[in-house]
Amino acid sequence: MPTSSLVMFEEEFKQITAVIDRLLKEANAKVVFLVDKDGQLIAASGETGDMDTTSLASLTAGNIAATGGLAKLIGEKEFSILFHEGEKDNLHISIVGQRVIVVVIFDQRSSLGLVRLRVKKANDELNAILQKLLRRVEKKPSVQENLLAEITDTDIDKLFH
Amino acid sequence: MSFINYSSREINCKIVYYGPGLCGKTTNLSFIFKKTNPEHRGKMISLATETERTLFFDFLPLSLGDIKGFKTRFHLYTVPGQIFYDASRKLILKGVDGIVFVADSQIERMDANIESFENMKANLKEQGYDISNIPYVIQYNKRDLANVVPLAEFKKVLNVNGAPDFEAVAATGVGVFETLKAIVKLVLIELKKGT
Ligand SMILES: Nc1nc2c(ncn2[C@@H]2O[C@H](COP(=O)(O)OP(=O)(O)O)[C@@H](O)[C@H]2O)c(=O)[nH]1
Ligand SMILES: [Mg+2]
Repeated sequence: MPTSSLVMFEEEFKQITAVIDRLLKEANAKVVFLVDKDGQLIAASGETGDMDTTSLASLTAGNIAATGGLAKLIGEKEFSILFHEGEKDNLHISIVGQRVIVVVIFDQRSSLGLVRLRVKKANDELNAILQKLLRRVEKKPSVQENLLAEITDTDIDKLFH
Repeated sequence: MSFINYSSREINCKIVYYGPGLCGKTTNLSFIFKKTNPEHRGKMISLATETERTLFFDFLPLSLGDIKGFKTRFHLYTVPGQIFYDASRKLILKGVDGIVFVADSQIERMDANIESFENMKANLKEQGYDISNIPYVIQYNKRDLANVVPLAEFKKVLNVNGAPDFEAVAATGVGVFETLKAIVKLVLIELKKGT
């Protein structure tokens, strides 16, 4: 396999949530969420109540993948920031540590300048947490094995009923 | 690439339905969508052209219940089959945990099946995967039609590695869940190996 599984633990999850909660406030945003490049939602903050976050996560990753493909075609490594402007709401999308995507949804109560500034700061913090997480996974692959080794065929069969 | 979240106690995996244009990939996902309790699935998203040809991908999130206290979630994707969408197919394969190769049983589509299978192998290789170490199953779809490739020939030509394979009529749902179940199982076994 080219990359190993992404693993999230309680401690790092709390730290990540704290960072995006603060980003939400400081950027005056409506919603902030963190997505894995493969389209899986990692964490969300804000008015996510009636939002389809699973679909948002998948489409965001598709969007980043497509623009990343475009970047390569014109000789860029990637576009690290994407901005989509709507009538009411806007989307600010950025990549952290080449692996994770930060999405900020904001309206006229904020501005692109403010969001950019706050995202930049949050990205550094998120990057540090993610690096720590990766080191932790490298050091202790056993945590994962223990859980998964116990999965039996019966467990898997039961999933479909 | 799977995502194991010890905090929310979830295991997330990505499964891609691959195969030539019009073989029935979207039909597989639509059937799973229709037959799954809304509590266990999200919305199905189709990025399609006006004529319903898949443009970028279809996406269907499923949750299949618990294993050892962990919720299991599977994200199902399809690729666009037409030859000229190769760049999109490569993107969708990124981070894949398991593949369902859907073949079109009509005799006149045999060349397209082979071409698509070779294309899949090449695209996997480009990303550092190898067909021999990624979980995959094969589905021979459209078995309801009259002019179909005999099973033995399919096995000889497409399934040289002896992957789990299934006959299907995705349009009516025959074989759809058997195929899904088989790939889910292979993906979980692979996870268990701890790669
Ligand atoms: N006869 C028959 N038609 C099928 C079957 N599965 C799919 N189709 C039809 O084949 C066409 C292409 O299917 P679609 O799922 O869009 O193909 P995709 O390009 O692989 O996504 C549609 O008209 C389907 O109704 C099948 O099992 N039998
Ligand atoms: Mg399709």
